[in-house]
Amino acid sequence: MNKNKEQLLNKRYKAEQRFRFYGLSAIFMALLFLTIFIFKIFSTGYSAFQKTWLIVPVTFDAELMMLDQNPSKEDLQDADYYDIALKSMADLDPNANEDQENELKRMVSYFFEKEIKNELLNDPNLIGKTKEVYLTASDDLDQVFKGNYPRDLPEDQRRVSDYQLKIFDQLVANGKVESKFNISFFTNADSREAELAGIASSFMGSIFSILVCLMIAFPVAVLAAIYLEEFAPKNRFTDFIEVNINNLAAVPSIVFGLLGLGVLLAIFHLPRSTPLVGGITLSLMTLPTIIIAARASLKAVPPSIREAALAMGASRMQTTIHHTVPLSMPGTLSGTIIGLAQALGETAPLILIGMVAFVNTIPGSPMDPAASLPVQIYIWAESAERGFVEKVSACIMVLLGFLIIMNLFAQIIRHKFEKKWS
Amino acid sequence: MNLILFTFIVLLGFTSYYFGRKKAYTIQSTKKRLTALPQFYGYYLAIWCAIPAFIIFSLWAIFEPTIVKLLILSDYSNQGYLDDELNLLYEKSKALSRGQFTGEITPFIEASAEKYLSLRSIAQSSKVVIVLSAIIASVAYAYKRISSNSRTREPVEKFLNAVLFTASLAAILTTVGIVFSLIFQTIDFFKVIPLFDFVFGTHWYPAKAFVRDSSEALDPTMYSDTFGAVPIFAGTFFIAFIAMCVAIPIGLMSGIYLAEYASTKVRQYAKPLIEILAGIPTVVYGFFAALTVGPFLKELGTSMGLEVSAESALAAGGVMGIMIIPFISSLSDDVITSVPQSLRDGSYAMGATKSETIKRVIFPAALPGIVGSILLGVSRAIGETMIVVMASGLAANLTLNPLESTSTITAQIVVILIGDQAFGDPKTQAAFALGMSLFLVTLCLNIVALRVVKKYREKYE
Repeated sequence: MNKNKEQLLNKRYKAEQRFRFYGLSAIFMALLFLTIFIFKIFSTGYSAFQKTWLIVPVTFDAELMMLDQNPSKEDLQDADYYDIALKSMADLDPNANEDQENELKRMVSYFFEKEIKNELLNDPNLIGKTKEVYLTASDDLDQVFKGNYPRDLPEDQRRVSDYQLKIFDQLVANGKVESKFNISFFTNADSREAELAGIASSFMGSIFSILVCLMIAFPVAVLAAIYLEEFAPKNRFTDFIEVNINNLAAVPSIVFGLLGLGVLLAIFHLPRSTPLVGGITLSLMTLPTIIIAARASLKAVPPSIREAALAMGASRMQTTIHHTVPLSMPGTLSGTIIGLAQALGETAPLILIGMVAFVNTIPGSPMDPAASLPVQIYIWAESAERGFVEKVSACIMVLLGFLIIMNLFAQIIRHKFEKKWS
Repeated sequence: MNLILFTFIVLLGFTSYYFGRKKAYTIQSTKKRLTALPQFYGYYLAIWCAIPAFIIFSLWAIFEPTIVKLLILSDYSNQGYLDDELNLLYEKSKALSRGQFTGEITPFIEASAEKYLSLRSIAQSSKVVIVLSAIIASVAYAYKRISSNSRTREPVEKFLNAVLFTASLAAILTTVGIVFSLIFQTIDFFKVIPLFDFVFGTHWYPAKAFVRDSSEALDPTMYSDTFGAVPIFAGTFFIAFIAMCVAIPIGLMSGIYLAEYASTKVRQYAKPLIEILAGIPTVVYGFFAALTVGPFLKELGTSMGLEVSAESALAAGGVMGIMIIPFISSLSDDVITSVPQSLRDGSYAMGATKSETIKRVIFPAALPGIVGSILLGVSRAIGETMIVVMASGLAANLTLNPLESTSTITAQIVVILIGDQAFGDPKTQAAFALGMSLFLVTLCLNIVALRVVKKYREKYE
């Protein structure tokens, strides 16, 4: 009998330990996912911040460029750079036949003509001389140099030919290939060519959308929260508003995209693909988040503050505007920033209102077509070229960086400025 | 032009504030008692300045285009044009007056464009005159009315209250907007495709509807076997089911551990770390699922002799499950911590171990709240878009094999509406009909979940 009891007790203790272990391993799993996730993004993305350059000697032959003696600035602008650009690439292998010359040309980006032109515009004295110029390598060679591209595939399955690899290896051996920090990733707009594509246009698109979103959502949400928390009578109608707000907070984001498409674009005829429409759509989405946060922080202001103001003869409106609202601002602001961070990461509604259009210019106002950072991630992730994979990860790193900064900022505001009542 | 006028009105507002306050000070200096603080006299005048401006501006914005259009088209009224042609003529002359017209310019259009321009300038200048005179009249009237015993605080506060109330209507307006934008397209859709075919049909090929020309667009027989939504609904719930299979055990167990076992230190670090998972944008999850998890599962399957699609429902659902973990763990953590300590103490006093207390006492007590949190998680899973678009298939297969690809409501909406849409096309309307069903399903889930959680909270508060 006693032994049975002990066995039973042991069994129960074992069960206790097992249960505890399950709990711990669940947390461990969740954190493991997070780690794998972040590791994967960083390990594929960090190389995008480097860019491979080929150093190619270019002879600025006045005759080939169709330039006269003593050319003016305009002449230099209009000169023909294509021939000298082609020639300098072909000169990498003096024995190349026509096909091989073509392959040599494709070792650099199609932008190489412009790069040579800029070199001359910076220093017009180069005419007739030879100078080593940095040219952007094609995205495939860029990937080869970074070790992301398998070289042991059969040639017909590779986008880089054996011949190109041979020349490239010669250049590497001579120290004519260099890796530098990839500034153009931050200053270029989107491009079909992976080596030239950058996040400037989508970044500006995101900034404009968020600004529009802030300008609409913040005032409306704060006013609504003040009304509901301080002035609204308790009746059916305010209950209905409350149900609406709570429900809107849980409506799938894509439904807001349909709203933007069906109302803003189809009825109000606002311009498609613009951060203006994107921002309005996102503001409707973040409205409930901000209202809920603002109400919570208004509620946290102790009644004694209001009573003191009322006792001094202030009206309810004065009490609210002079005392309650300023005291609730830190909580409201941090809630707003968190809502904006959510909006910044949102993709689906923006796709529906056409912010997936290919934009290769940097937007200057909220009325210009643009993408946004998450949409840029989607666009690049859908394209087949290998060079875009690291770009996607790098873009994710930038986006996550912003989200982390915004959330930290929200935390700081909350901890630094919020008054503790106790 | 509008911007200049607007700045001017704002300046006028400030000026009237200044004059109102000044008048209050003058009254005060005559030793009469004021009924409100001097600022209120200023606000009072400023509101009298803002209201007429606002009313006239909105009236103008609503009626100006219609009136201009009527005036221009009155030239053509007796020439036997159809309505559509008239509209086209109007749009052409509008475009020409902006210098954006690229087609053939006929004298008719040119004349209309000139007329359009002159009408617009008349409208603009008359707007300026009317707005300014209205403002001056109303401010002057209000200024006259201010005296020592006139009430200014009450009207000002009433006005502010009205502004606050209007802002609180924004939530209702958004809901109305959602329903409004969905319902008309949906009704049009069901005029062409019978509701029965949509709800019970098992073939979903919206691409088939694309190639038809407009003369056939309203012929219902053309669309049989095109818009049967069963595979889509099945795929949606299937992927959500896979996601919940991942999220419920992990989320619930970590919620329980955080609430009952973890030391304050562990809790302090583990909880925010898990919540990071909820803050990561879904497009990032989608990329992760498509680039890492999908190929990994495919390789794993091939090594075991299974055929796994690179875009399997398992990859999308699994990653979606990871995304939902923090929703369930945080909410169930909250729910469990709010179970009163007396229940635990009672159970310990009977000799129960901690896990027995959790399983037999706390879990049943917290069950409604946990169910609520799971329902919210399901609603998230159903409405999730980017993961499915990027990691799961876009072709709607009716399958229950997690290794094959399926499609969901959200993915189909994106597939149909990406790029240019033609309103009035059954394919576009189908997307709105899908959106409507998504809205209704999540609405029900949300309302039930919120009600359950609220009921539960009230029980222990």
